[in-house]
Amino acid sequence: MNVALAKTETERAVNSVFAVARERLPGSGKVAEARRQAFDAFERAGLPNRRIEEWKYTDLRALMREVLPLAPTPDAAAIKRARAALKTAGVKRATRLVLVDGVFVPQLSDAADAGINVKTLREALEGGDRSLLTTEPSDAMIALNAAMATDGVLVSVADGASLAKPLQIIHVATVSKASVFTRSRIEVGNGARVTLVESFVAADGAGAYQTNDAVILSVGDGADLSHVRLMADSADAAHITSAVFAVGARAKYNLFNMTSGGALSRFSGLVTMNGEGSELNVNGVNLLKGTQHGDTTLVVDHAVPNCTSREIFRAVVDDRAHSVFQGRIIVRPHAQKTDGKMMTRALLLSDEAEADNKPELEIFADDVTCGHGATAGALDESLLFYLRARGLPEKEAQALLIQAFVGEAIEGIANDDLREAAMIAAQRWLEARA
Amino acid sequence: MMALLEVKDLQVRVEDREILHGLSLTVNKGEVHAIMGPNGSGKSTLSHVIAGKPGYEVTGGQVLFNGEDLLAMAPDARAANGVFLAFQYPVEIPGVATMNFLRTALNAQRKARGESEYSTPDFLKKVREVAKSLNIPQDMLRRGVNVGFSGGEKKRNEILQMALFEPALCILDEMDSGLDIDALRIAADGVNALRSADRAMVVITHYQRLLNYIIPDFVHVMSKGRVVKSGGKELALELEESGYAQFEDAA
Repeated sequence: MNVALAKTETERAVNSVFAVARERLPGSGKVAEARRQAFDAFERAGLPNRRIEEWKYTDLRALMREVLPLAPTPDAAAIKRARAALKTAGVKRATRLVLVDGVFVPQLSDAADAGINVKTLREALEGGDRSLLTTEPSDAMIALNAAMATDGVLVSVADGASLAKPLQIIHVATVSKASVFTRSRIEVGNGARVTLVESFVAADGAGAYQTNDAVILSVGDGADLSHVRLMADSADAAHITSAVFAVGARAKYNLFNMTSGGALSRFSGLVTMNGEGSELNVNGVNLLKGTQHGDTTLVVDHAVPNCTSREIFRAVVDDRAHSVFQGRIIVRPHAQKTDGKMMTRALLLSDEAEADNKPELEIFADDVTCGHGATAGALDESLLFYLRARGLPEKEAQALLIQAFVGEAIEGIANDDLREAAMIAAQRWLEARA
Repeated sequence: MMALLEVKDLQVRVEDREILHGLSLTVNKGEVHAIMGPNGSGKSTLSHVIAGKPGYEVTGGQVLFNGEDLLAMAPDARAANGVFLAFQYPVEIPGVATMNFLRTALNAQRKARGESEYSTPDFLKKVREVAKSLNIPQDMLRRGVNVGFSGGEKKRNEILQMALFEPALCILDEMDSGLDIDALRIAADGVNALRSADRAMVVITHYQRLLNYIIPDFVHVMSKGRVVKSGGKELALELEESGYAQFEDAA
């Protein structure tokens, strides 16, 4: 069979998108070669589709239709619009690192606090560091990201550093009909204590853009990382984040992801427990309405014994929206005394809303405690009536119950300002619904 | 004088079964009415229909509140207009702090009436006062609505809301169910403190016991979906002696 003939319009478009963008992408020589190889890997795999198990419920061939040309480097007007967007996107008392349309913008960013070293991906690639363009784990969108990434932040937190302020990486999109490719690396040193926020927002006037982000994160031995991700893209945007997280020994890692914007969003993460005695908590919330499609796919790989992992997911799905949660816990043969549990609950607010929950356990050790649960249902009528009998109009009564439902996942955020930021993001979604 | 609540020849079905077959009841401001009757006589159905619970089909008759068609109003509009149902089984709402719920509900009612929202200090002061009089500890107010509350605590929480919302009409549905004598006394004292010339109460109960604490002006006996006898407070004592059997036969 002639492979070229099997390509879709979309894939041919991607090919030309890469050809056009190549000259603008940072890095030459070996870096440019790594990009070409990554693009070849993407070409061989093609856009992920429903026949690939991990992408079963999020078929990009059907949902993305086309890959848009690379966004232009933001000009002064774009940066001004991005600055305005920061007013609502910024978390209180945080140190900000701001990327606009895939480019780090120093004039919108704060100076790094003591104990943090920040570089840009662009600098590193221009310096010839091709290791940053890894295409592992094997996935077409990660390969495409390696081929196309324009910028990102490379953050390292020194061993033993305890950051007084949260570090917030804010991605602002100002464009329409263009795509943004970013890649960042976060290294949390041994014994460091860090609160990290990643926010994805759209400036006023941004429309149907596409974001493809990759994150490579490591948590050192004895470190404590609290990590919050808020995906609040524009209503017409498509956003794919692929993340890999490596957790060392005796570490504590709390990850929270919330998807409340975007026409199509996917957060896909692979967490590997590499050191014994560590504790992982992953909470996630999908808030979807209209025809939004939101996918959270998470793999927790217990590669060593004596680690604990907890996952709590809540999806609120209205109208004809579609929520996907795929969670897999892998316990390797020698990873005894693993304690891994996940619970996912979906709240369906309309007859046409859809939620797909796919929990999986792959257990190869015999002395473990693992479990999962999944539920889907409507709001409890008896609770709604009680609230309405106390004077709450229907939408307000629903909003209160929805807040309580997602609150269970949001409560896990230790930092007060961040918990509040997540609650506010949820409230914005609820207000837009009312 | 216009009656506060006027139920006229009310007929109600649930699914294919008619529960109320032409019930009439008039309640004026300042009055306390007790509705008694055996299980299945339609007492709770009446309270649910007045509060606007979904699932009931009114097939005939009407319910007027201050002369307005109550059945045409959404449940929240009824609450804002002054109708309050103290639930027989108050629901638990995990994740919604009691204090937040009280404030949201009170302000929603005030907003619907075109009144300004309570300021936080005024609201807190008021809640604390009422909570203290009902022996409700502050930590209960921080917990999820009714979550982990005992039966008595749940009923006290209902009365707390009644005191806070200051409704014109209070319907108490089987307030005594599940309460021991001490809990009943606290709840009844709370209710009695709210009796006023501007407010009417409808006390629904299976047993006469509650009426030793909340003394009604009128007693109605329901059987098989109708009021079969009305009288003064002495009617309750009469029932205590003779039981409901005579009415069930008569109905």
